[in-house]
Amino acid sequence: MTAIIDYKAGNLTSVKLAFAALGAEAAVTRDPEAIRSADRIVFPGVGAAKSAMENLRALGLTDVVREAAVSGRPFLGICLGMQILFERSEEDGGVETLGVIPGRVRRFPDVPGFKVPEIGWNQVSFQLPATNHQPPATNHQPPEFYFVHSYYAEICPYTCGTTEYAGVEFTAMVKKGNLWACQFHPEKSGRLGLDLLRRWLSC
Amino acid sequence: MLTKRVIPCLDVRKGRVTKGVKFKNNIDLGDPVEMAVAYSDGGADELVFYDITASAERRPIDIGMVESVAKAIRIPFAVGGGISSVADMERVILAGAEKISVNSLAVRNPQVIAEGAKAFGAQCVVLGMDPVKSDNPKCPSGYEITTRGFREFTGMDAVEWAKRAADLGAGEIVVNSVDADGTRAGFELTITRLIAEAVGVPVVASGGAGKPEHLVTVFREAGADAAIVAGMIHTGDCTIERIKREMSAAGVPTRMSW
Repeated sequence: MTAIIDYKAGNLTSVKLAFAALGAEAAVTRDPEAIRSADRIVFPGVGAAKSAMENLRALGLTDVVREAAVSGRPFLGICLGMQILFERSEEDGGVETLGVIPGRVRRFPDVPGFKVPEIGWNQVSFQLPATNHQPPATNHQPPEFYFVHSYYAEICPYTCGTTEYAGVEFTAMVKKGNLWACQFHPEKSGRLGLDLLRRWLSC
Repeated sequence: MLTKRVIPCLDVRKGRVTKGVKFKNNIDLGDPVEMAVAYSDGGADELVFYDITASAERRPIDIGMVESVAKAIRIPFAVGGGISSVADMERVILAGAEKISVNSLAVRNPQVIAEGAKAFGAQCVVLGMDPVKSDNPKCPSGYEITTRGFREFTGMDAVEWAKRAADLGAGEIVVNSVDADGTRAGFELTITRLIAEAVGVPVVASGGAGKPEHLVTVFREAGADAAIVAGMIHTGDCTIERIKREMSAAGVPTRMSW
């Protein structure tokens, strides 16, 4: 069973529907026991880092999520769910986050010609062939995925995919064993996004 | 590089996609879910649905349609029409749409933008606006906001309204030129550029797309981040793939693999 963690950080319908499209059994939950006993954990989220951390605390899920992320069980962070795996976010004047991945989350600088939030399909360059992450099959490299964000995670030792926006090259995807996390939305990135979810389901 | 988005717009009336000129003379084009799948498979970067009769009929948006679309496609889509409260927004989002587009409602009650952004995040709240060329002295930009499908003039300056909406928390602004809507003679570049330069959030050009080169022009010359297409693809005169090939050939970044 795959647990999709519901911590009041945005809409989970798309994530649920994407797994349903792949025929995977996935349940939305905020029950600590259900998360602890899940085979796979999806940690989505949109919105602000500070309120996300507050919600996790209020629901008694902070340690549950941190433990799940380092447990070795397949874990997938998406968007804000990736960002708060890092150590710290500049959002809302600065907030300590889960610290599972080393590095910081910062706001895009004001650069003429670059709107914030970044909304739309941007290219992801998959690197570090040392990781076993294979780029999605495509005749067009690098492939595009759908992003919606105002903050970005710095590049860290676990970064396996990078993207560029507003003059910044940032982490589009990290991979640390069975912990995968992406800034973009695989559930909204068409066929390539589904391919990525399918691969995660078999890791 | 972030690519420029091509967004088919589907106007839905009584459960069917329709297309009219200047909001009139509607003709039936097909089933919304079937069309959504076809456009998604055909390379659309995003979709937008307007339940165009919901407001006039004073009924909520067709949630069943939103749910069916969300099940059928794996690309983002926005929904507008018949949204009259934050509770309506929530129903649309829980049904699986990424974004809600508010237009007349935001003019009547601008705070709904702030409330929606606070509840769901700015990225979920799209301000749709229908500006028209105007010599109203209250509108120094030369463009006035209309509502209710061009039926009402508001006396609001289009550029000032865009700035205010972005300040209130709109994550994106769709500039639908009433003058260009349905003409297929090209986007209204001036108002698109004025707004793209005035706000820090992405701007979606709408109204007037008739040929691929119209999209190339609005991206290159008006600073649009995305462009809406309707009649030119609904009639089969053109395809999204052809639009994108021309964009790519002209050096406009576009997603070519789907």
